[in-house]
Amino acid sequence: MESQRTYFGRALVELGRRNPNVVVVGADTTESLKSIEFGKAFADRFFQLGIAEPNMISVAAGLAAAGKIPFATTYSVFGSAHTYNIIRQNVAYTNLNVKVFCSHAGLTVGPDGATHQINEDLGLMRGIPRMTVLVPADGPETGKCVAAAAAMKGPVYCRFSRTNVPTITSMEDEFVIGKARVLRDGSDIALIGCGLMVARCLEAAEALKRAGIKARVINLSTVKPLDVATIDRAARETGGIVTAEEHTVVHGIGGAIATAIAANHPVPMAYVGVQDVFGESGEADELLRKYGLTTENIVDAAHGVMKRRARSE
Amino acid sequence: MSPPSQARDGAGQATVDVSEELIATLKKKAVTLRKHIIRMTHNAQSGHPGGSMSAADIVTALYFHVLRVDPKNPTWPDRDRFVLSKGHACPVWYAALAERGFFPVDELLTFRKLNSRLQGHPELGTTPGVENAAGAEGQGLSFSVGLALAARMDHKPWRVYCILGDGEQDVGQTWEAAMASSKYGLDNLTAFIDRNGIQQEGRTEDIMPLEPLAEKWEAFNWHVLTIDGHDFRQILAAIEEAHRTRGRPTAVISRTVKGKGVSFMENKIKYHGAATSDEELKLALAELEAQEASIWP
Repeated sequence: MESQRTYFGRALVELGRRNPNVVVVGADTTESLKSIEFGKAFADRFFQLGIAEPNMISVAAGLAAAGKIPFATTYSVFGSAHTYNIIRQNVAYTNLNVKVFCSHAGLTVGPDGATHQINEDLGLMRGIPRMTVLVPADGPETGKCVAAAAAMKGPVYCRFSRTNVPTITSMEDEFVIGKARVLRDGSDIALIGCGLMVARCLEAAEALKRAGIKARVINLSTVKPLDVATIDRAARETGGIVTAEEHTVVHGIGGAIATAIAANHPVPMAYVGVQDVFGESGEADELLRKYGLTTENIVDAAHGVMKRRARSE
Repeated sequence: MSPPSQARDGAGQATVDVSEELIATLKKKAVTLRKHIIRMTHNAQSGHPGGSMSAADIVTALYFHVLRVDPKNPTWPDRDRFVLSKGHACPVWYAALAERGFFPVDELLTFRKLNSRLQGHPELGTTPGVENAAGAEGQGLSFSVGLALAARMDHKPWRVYCILGDGEQDVGQTWEAAMASSKYGLDNLTAFIDRNGIQQEGRTEDIMPLEPLAEKWEAFNWHVLTIDGHDFRQILAAIEEAHRTRGRPTAVISRTVKGKGVSFMENKIKYHGAATSDEELKLALAELEAQEASIWP
């Protein structure tokens, strides 16, 4: 189990060393985010702007308009919902090179409770034209998101977890924005997850294997632009999809994937995620269990999809 | 020690020693901009003439005497930056940019029409010379802070000028930006507050009282000047003083008249967001032309 934030802080420092145009703005959460590491290394390129996230985003936009590559870093609830129209008008409409990187996404923020557990940020961000939306599955991928976001031109939103997550990718794995990665092949059903749910998809595939079901597992680390080709191929070759996300099912990756396959090759689907409710205080694992985001929930959803498909055949 | 703030009651304002010719040229240009504003909003039958006209003299002073910009190269990296935070006043910006040669004056009448480069509120990247997107209020000063920080990091001499509306003083983000500006001592940033006293639904002091406004900015550690925003000598003097001021950003509270220049539009809440009728258009242009003719030399 590793901290995504540790990889994040380290990647920012590495990037800062390579590229003098990279700057970091923060909002009184920089120690927690580990973006303070960048501030320690490059004090003149680090701006602590206090509990004022709208200002932080617009300042980042101004820095970008003058040629800098600003990373705006805070908790997801503040970096997406509290700043939504600032990001929309000052970052996306302007098509500026601002990278909003947020930790503390989803239920697994834990004891802080529902005020801090944003399960709606992916829907908010993927709905904005020009936004690229990233959800790294683990530590190494979080670091790669930093480098890849800086290498592309345009606005990026990236969210990851407060809680430590199992490491399922390696530093050597290729990471390309817009490309979903097949982690495990299979032809009976496809499990498509993002963030910490990818590891649960892998566990679910192992459990399904014991029942004789070959599940394909896809790591959807880019939520937007959606890798429609890989999703479409999964739909055609497996005939059923389960999505898994630490996010509301109202407008997360399940909705995005359903929309894409409905236009191409519709197959039965099930959506593992937060069911249009707010979270509550509790430990990360307790919350994932209570709100239906476990390996078992994915396995059950896969059986359900396969039963529905069998009935319709 | 920084120079003392100007008196807040408008008395004893500093002015600069500039020629009568320059003042006359600027006055004429401001009338030209106001005529464009009236024609553009009339042609669109929408838009915000009142707050465009109140800011016209400040915009004229900046674009026709102060800003180092190159109409042939609108994205010249070392240009001064002008940020219009009160984006609804974009007719005055478009008029100034066209008169300054950033795009043809003829294009002004495409304002708010389909397929136009002149959107109802400013869009970055579409209109040559436009530096920021604005419409939702209160984002422009923060954006200016980012620009000013970048100039400082790169040891560049270019400066940032931001015009805010007084309605925008209601917005929390304006004060977030005010704090950040003084935290970083951004003396390359000058903010003009277009204090015309009227916002969409009424007098600012009825909607959300702002006074004492100068004291608010002073309390946020800005260098604060209060001027007559229609007096070019005071506008230019304020800009000079802002340039001389070290270690602090300067806020220029500019007392202005909404709808300035057309008698029946002045101080009328209606013309915040309403265009003139055909009959009013003729009257307005006649008044402005008479003003133009009376400017000496």
